[in-house]
Amino acid sequence: MAEQQTPPISPIAPVAPVDVLVIGAGPAGATAAIKAADTGLSVVLADEQKAAGGQVWRAKSTAILSAPSTPESRAGDDLRHRLSASAATCLFDHRVWQIQPLDQGWMVALTGPEGPRVITARTVILATGAQERIFPVPGWTLPGVIGLAAATALMKGQMILPGQRVGVAGAGPLLPFVAHEILRQGGEVAFVADLNGLADWTKLTPQMLRRPGLALRGAGWLARLRAAGIPLLYRHGVRRITGDGRVEQVEIGPVDDRWKPVDNQQTRSFRVDAVCLGHGLAPATEATRMLNCRHDHDPALGGWHVATDDLGRTSIAGLYACGDGAGILGAAAAPVRGRNAAKAVLADLADKSGAGQTSPASNLRSVSAFGRAMTSLTIPRDGILDQITPETIVCRCEGLTRGDVEAGITAGGVSPNALKSDTRCGMGPCGGRFCQETAAMLTARLTGRPVEEIGLPTARPPLRPLPIEAVASDFDYDELPIPAPAPL
Amino acid sequence: MSTPYDIAVVGGGIMGSGAALRLAEGGMRVILLEQGDIGQGASGVNAGTLSLQIKRVRLMPYALRGHQEWKRMGAEVDYRETGGYTLAFTDREADLLQERMTMKQEAGAPIGFISPNEVAVREPGLCRKVVAASWCPADGFANSSLTGRYYRHRLKAADIDVREQCGVTEIHRDEPGFTLQTSSGPVQARRLLLACGGWLKPAAAMIGLDLPVRARVNTVSVTERGPRLVSSVIGHATGLLTLKQKGNGTVLIGGGWQGLGQPGEGGNRGRVDAGSVLPNLRLARYAVPGLKELRIVRSWTGFEANVPDFYPLAGAAPGVDDAFLLGCVRGGYTIGPFISQLMGDFILGRQPELPLFDPARDFTKDIQP
Repeated sequence: MAEQQTPPISPIAPVAPVDVLVIGAGPAGATAAIKAADTGLSVVLADEQKAAGGQVWRAKSTAILSAPSTPESRAGDDLRHRLSASAATCLFDHRVWQIQPLDQGWMVALTGPEGPRVITARTVILATGAQERIFPVPGWTLPGVIGLAAATALMKGQMILPGQRVGVAGAGPLLPFVAHEILRQGGEVAFVADLNGLADWTKLTPQMLRRPGLALRGAGWLARLRAAGIPLLYRHGVRRITGDGRVEQVEIGPVDDRWKPVDNQQTRSFRVDAVCLGHGLAPATEATRMLNCRHDHDPALGGWHVATDDLGRTSIAGLYACGDGAGILGAAAAPVRGRNAAKAVLADLADKSGAGQTSPASNLRSVSAFGRAMTSLTIPRDGILDQITPETIVCRCEGLTRGDVEAGITAGGVSPNALKSDTRCGMGPCGGRFCQETAAMLTARLTGRPVEEIGLPTARPPLRPLPIEAVASDFDYDELPIPAPAPL
Repeated sequence: MSTPYDIAVVGGGIMGSGAALRLAEGGMRVILLEQGDIGQGASGVNAGTLSLQIKRVRLMPYALRGHQEWKRMGAEVDYRETGGYTLAFTDREADLLQERMTMKQEAGAPIGFISPNEVAVREPGLCRKVVAASWCPADGFANSSLTGRYYRHRLKAADIDVREQCGVTEIHRDEPGFTLQTSSGPVQARRLLLACGGWLKPAAAMIGLDLPVRARVNTVSVTERGPRLVSSVIGHATGLLTLKQKGNGTVLIGGGWQGLGQPGEGGNRGRVDAGSVLPNLRLARYAVPGLKELRIVRSWTGFEANVPDFYPLAGAAPGVDDAFLLGCVRGGYTIGPFISQLMGDFILGRQPELPLFDPARDFTKDIQP
């Protein structure tokens, strides 16, 4: 191995840094970009999707443009319209794979249709949103099982149904939405199994009425599901999903108020060809963890999230976060948080001495009340671990069962990094997105420590799997910056 | 306070763990203090390459013995003796390869030269632009991720008092011995071994030593699982590529390309530099064209400490009675399990099987064998 200097990345180096690079073009990021551009800053907005809107206001694919609009598609169309009228430069279909600090500002490496690309920016706003949380249950890795949020994306973007006869299970507001959407798009819903009880929902009525339009739509979904004779099973969870090579049958049973399966005589089986399963959203933290930002654990905000001040400043100067990535507050809060982050950037760039003085929009609390209430329905209760049998796959990338993971913990792998090294739990392509929370809860249970003490594993680039061909296809061997060899 | 330990070992990587095991076998009551998890520093994040072709000539006897130790650890560390090729793609690289491998051969490594045609037959997944190649049947790799699990198990079996997540903040000289202030309270020991890799400099400063230690920030990348592309360890004449495909189909790509950061600067493992990982991936892609079908799922860095002459620190701490240093071993993953035993023997007052490397030497002069 040799001493070497770090060479610059050759492709498409920008001439000058932009004032702000926004990563993620959902309602938070796109609003931040519009606001920052409107105040005269130079802005680049990057997103891996082909259009702005994120998950919640996802653009319809060209194949279904003629489909009737929905409140979400209209909100997205408005956002996309305002974005195209703004001076922000949009890089859609671009994936950020690395963010690294420079002496001044940031260097961000992306891949896109024209190949690898680097952008330097004085500040970065991360609006990377949320990821779906799914707790394992026997059979959850069978083809035909899909996340509630993934099913939402499929139906919003493509109008593709997850199956012809679908079981819908888990926790949170996506349950009635997905079930109703399946019905609306012509599918059959076998049942809706909700870990929460009806009382868990009704006690949130005051907060839900903060968005009366959406609350009314929700009531309408439930009414239509009931009218269609679909069993709405509260305090019920999936016991097991079975089938020969794909989903054929799902067994549902009651749970207690800790979501622990009880009354094994009371289970019911349904023939289905798909199951939509999900337990809420968790903030996407891989970018902020990779950059060593401070993180806090708050179950009411989706668990681990990057810590920010009221305006979205992270613990690292020049790096901001907004939207659900900074704690799940929902779609209505996202634009407000985006505007706040843009304000913070503007103030900080104008006032080089540090935190510029500016005040956050005062209405965040009220616009987030609905989102907070919905998130509260998805706070994992410890009994959910009891739905996971010892033979159930926990880390699907590496095929590790609950028994494998627990053996690793018992053998001394009690920190997330040690457990990952010892067992490979979380080492696969998903980067631990699916198994990390379950592994941490199992560690907490086995070691008798609170889950927030277990912490998070080190996050590393690339932020998304990086095709080697995307960064190493077009080069000249003689131009590889090969330094002098090591001393003999 | 309880009876002082015979020795406190600071650092739970291969060096510290290996020495602690030797010292306990020799009858000492040992405490091992690790700021993070056992075997999770450089010992656990390096590329796992066990290649005599990339070892320094002067360190070859140690590397040969190190290979024996890894072989002995076997399946518990997923040891594979696959053999390894080092490739040259240009005439200049071929000259370099010829000169270096000949010297390593003379130092005792079973390295031979083989024709590009023979390489193409034996490793059809390599590119056809090889102009010269060497082969060492003793080369291979182990899974560095398993270092922690392996040593944690052995330390436990040896009844060594191990404290993980236990950083040392201050070291005070007692007469005799030392008191270490740690994140879980004070620890007293008659002797002290600092074996904390990239953190050797700040640790040695606690006993008044200013060591010229720097950390290199080595980068490794791993792909998703893929079809079989190569079956042995692939290196490059310059040393800037190590590549192997593990049993599960993932391909590990290293070669000492430099990341960013130093120990103590935010995060404990350094940062990946896109500007160095890209040429690393390109070199790998050039050598093994089939990589174009795969995706990188993770790139990471670890700190490899060194002193200006790039030889180990292994011996008594200069001017501090009963304190010892072990670190900066170039090729430390390979050599660690062996040199840590030598260090243990030295502290136990036994004659080490091979000479150690006096930390009091003049680092500006070449070491005389």
